[in-house]
Amino acid sequence: MNEMTRNERESSEERKLELRLAPPGVENWFNTSNNNKQRAYDYDYDYESKLSLGNFLHFPSNKAIVVKGKESSSSQTCCPKSVELQNGDNKVTAVSNTSQKRTAPGPVVGWPPIRSFRKNLATSSNSKPSPPESHTQQHNKVAGKKPIDNFGKGLFVKINMDGVPIGRKVDLNAYDSYQNLSSAVDELFRGLLKAQRDSSSCGGNKEEEKVISGLLDGSGEYTLVYEDNEGDRMLVGDVPWHMFVSTVKRLRVLKSTELSAFTLGTKQDKIPT
Amino acid sequence: MDHSFPQKVLEHLFSFIDSNKDRNAISLVSKSWYEIERRSRKKIFIGNCYAVSPTTVIKRFPELRSITLKGKPHFADFNLVPDGWGGYVYTWIEAMAVSVPLLEEIRLKRMVVTDESLELIAKSFKNFKVLVLISCEGFSTDGLEAIASNCRNLKELNLQESEVEDLSGDWLCYFPDSYTSLVSLNISCLNNEVNLSALEALLGRCPNLQTLCLNHAVPLDKLPSLLSQCPQLVELGTGVYSTEEMHPDVLSSLITAFSGCKQLKSLSGFWNVLPSYLPALYPICSRLTSLNLSYAIIQSSDIVKLIGQCPNLLRLWVLDYIEDVGLEAVAASCKDLQELRVFPSDPSCLELNNALTERGLVSVFKGCPKLQSVLYFCRQMSNAALSAIAQIRPNLTRFRLCILEPHTPDYLTLQPLDSGFGAIVEHCKDLQRLSLSGLLTDRVFEYIGTHAKKLEMLSVAFAGDSDLGLHYVLSGCENLRKLEIRDCPFGDEALLANAAKLETMRSLWMSSCSVSYGACKLLGQKMPKLNVEVIDESGPPDSRPDSCPVEKLYIYRSIAGPRLDMPGFVWTMGDDSSRKLELDVAGVEAQFRNL
Repeated sequence: MNEMTRNERESSEERKLELRLAPPGVENWFNTSNNNKQRAYDYDYDYESKLSLGNFLHFPSNKAIVVKGKESSSSQTCCPKSVELQNGDNKVTAVSNTSQKRTAPGPVVGWPPIRSFRKNLATSSNSKPSPPESHTQQHNKVAGKKPIDNFGKGLFVKINMDGVPIGRKVDLNAYDSYQNLSSAVDELFRGLLKAQRDSSSCGGNKEEEKVISGLLDGSGEYTLVYEDNEGDRMLVGDVPWHMFVSTVKRLRVLKSTELSAFTLGTKQDKIPT
Repeated sequence: MDHSFPQKVLEHLFSFIDSNKDRNAISLVSKSWYEIERRSRKKIFIGNCYAVSPTTVIKRFPELRSITLKGKPHFADFNLVPDGWGGYVYTWIEAMAVSVPLLEEIRLKRMVVTDESLELIAKSFKNFKVLVLISCEGFSTDGLEAIASNCRNLKELNLQESEVEDLSGDWLCYFPDSYTSLVSLNISCLNNEVNLSALEALLGRCPNLQTLCLNHAVPLDKLPSLLSQCPQLVELGTGVYSTEEMHPDVLSSLITAFSGCKQLKSLSGFWNVLPSYLPALYPICSRLTSLNLSYAIIQSSDIVKLIGQCPNLLRLWVLDYIEDVGLEAVAASCKDLQELRVFPSDPSCLELNNALTERGLVSVFKGCPKLQSVLYFCRQMSNAALSAIAQIRPNLTRFRLCILEPHTPDYLTLQPLDSGFGAIVEHCKDLQRLSLSGLLTDRVFEYIGTHAKKLEMLSVAFAGDSDLGLHYVLSGCENLRKLEIRDCPFGDEALLANAAKLETMRSLWMSSCSVSYGACKLLGQKMPKLNVEVIDESGPPDSRPDSCPVEKLYIYRSIAGPRLDMPGFVWTMGDDSSRKLELDVAGVEAQFRNL
């Protein structure tokens, strides 16, 4: 523990206040075994081989517990609790093996150490609220620039679906991931698709609304593709979300069977619309 | 003896000495040298505005022409310093307005600057030339109007990364038509549109303009006409680098405009990049020495295409979209690279990103023999990589590594990163600045204390096991000036045992550590030359037992005594009666020696 030992302070007033190069009363401050000059660490001259070894290790998100967003200001009660919290945080624990996308377990104020105006940069979608600042930080003015221009407004792109004559528009700023977008597309077109089917099946056989799934991985009846700012057709889901949002110009929900009919992502062939 | 050297000769000799470090040394030789030096000093740098009072500075250096002041602690950049903490520049301006009317240059960092301060500057200094406000706040475009209207000889107006209340873009119109002396203008922090025709006219009549950094509100299609007014530019920060849709005519006018800027060496800005416009830069890439793409959300392939044509790059700032692949390209093309900063594009996402890893960093070090200064955000690191870097590049002077998730171990061995950082400090003997991250025990601090003899600034977060860690650093790092620590289990013992060390440093910041209120009081009482400030927003620390840890602690040496402008959540420790201001010359010079 890091508390100054009380018995050491029990000496006289003067000794208590005496500042020396050691805590009062303690002679051997620390284990000055200078004989550990031997390298406790070894240099890896052969960096490459370590590297390849690393490639064989399945590296899971095997991380230590992140220090919870301990708002030190909320320590109305006293110390021992918070000290324990800190001491306990150094354990390394195995977390699940699948590297799913994780967000920080709790907001750690001021971490990572980047300026506020850099934090707003890549997130063009603001559907999830920014990490709740601790109550202490609410005094602060917005500590940095406000998000860049179009990041605040809606980002509407047209979306058409095979078999549905009427196109729609989606606000990409309302979503923060491909999953959410995919669900939104499902919701958007599910009803329309059913309406199309119903009308074409001459009024009989009112089917249930069919969920439009597998839009992102090619497993469903439909696949989501997009046209980027250079006019190329790309499969949705290949690039980081933020990059997608900044380059997408329109979306299409194609029948998966039609996918092979055109090349994706190349600059040469423009797909006739 | 210096009797044989007439004063005039000494004065003349001293006029060739610019560096404050040298001048401080000169001032200690003898009383007469001290006197001659102080009367001729023109530039002063004050790393902590609370270390000394304006009166003391002005009294000692009556011929002051240029002052640099820093206010808030560095961690204020990351919202760790509550609003209202301090760093007000007004009292300085007020004092100088009266006693230093010939002041020409004011450079401030992390200070609170009000419109009143700006108005006072505008009114008081007839020959005012340089105003640099880095990471400052508290003023609006109204204050800028005052500067523009009154400072006839203004050469530099730099608002880099400041927070400005942007009331109107017309402040630029307040530069009179007769005003032609602008050399450097940086308004990249402003949120709203500036009056573009006023800007264009201003650029057109200032033939000495070398630096122009626009804000993101300046549309790309306006850039060519702006550039045509100042083809002599050396440094340009673009506005937004895209248009709704790609326009070939915008591209071609950009190409023409850039080609016309024959002196252009530095580029920044690049908000919202549309990659189709990047080729406009190709004609000037070979001249570029500095490139800041840290706001540009573009893919690695686009970055590589650009950088591949920049063989003379000395400085590169990018987002992690560059990926390892892009860094390998940098290593191949930019053989003169001295500084690299890689920022995280999505800091809150902790998913392992296999596209930017330690491999990219190692490849840049391997390929760039002059690389000395690095800031690198990533999600994985290994001791092997750090050791390799240490051996490849012993001339490293600034190394800041931020592994995004706290406590992350070596991903290959799952060991702490102690040995890797240990290798860095052992091999890189000129290391001046170091920021640690990842899983670290007291061991790493032992290495640092043992080897990092030239280290001046150390930043530590979520590291260490005990007070030993702090003790190693405070007792071992001889040149340490600034130490900032957060969320480490460091407490009273190391701090008190090394109290004397704190007088040799500019400042120590500790937040979310285990330093008790009692220890702070003790330190404050026994060390009159230190200001020991406790920051606690949960209420007066008096209301809790002495053994309770304080929220945040900021300790700095000062000859000005406790400051008088503290907000309600900051308390200075120590008994006032035990403080004395060292007013005699010997005392002052001893303090100034190390400031």
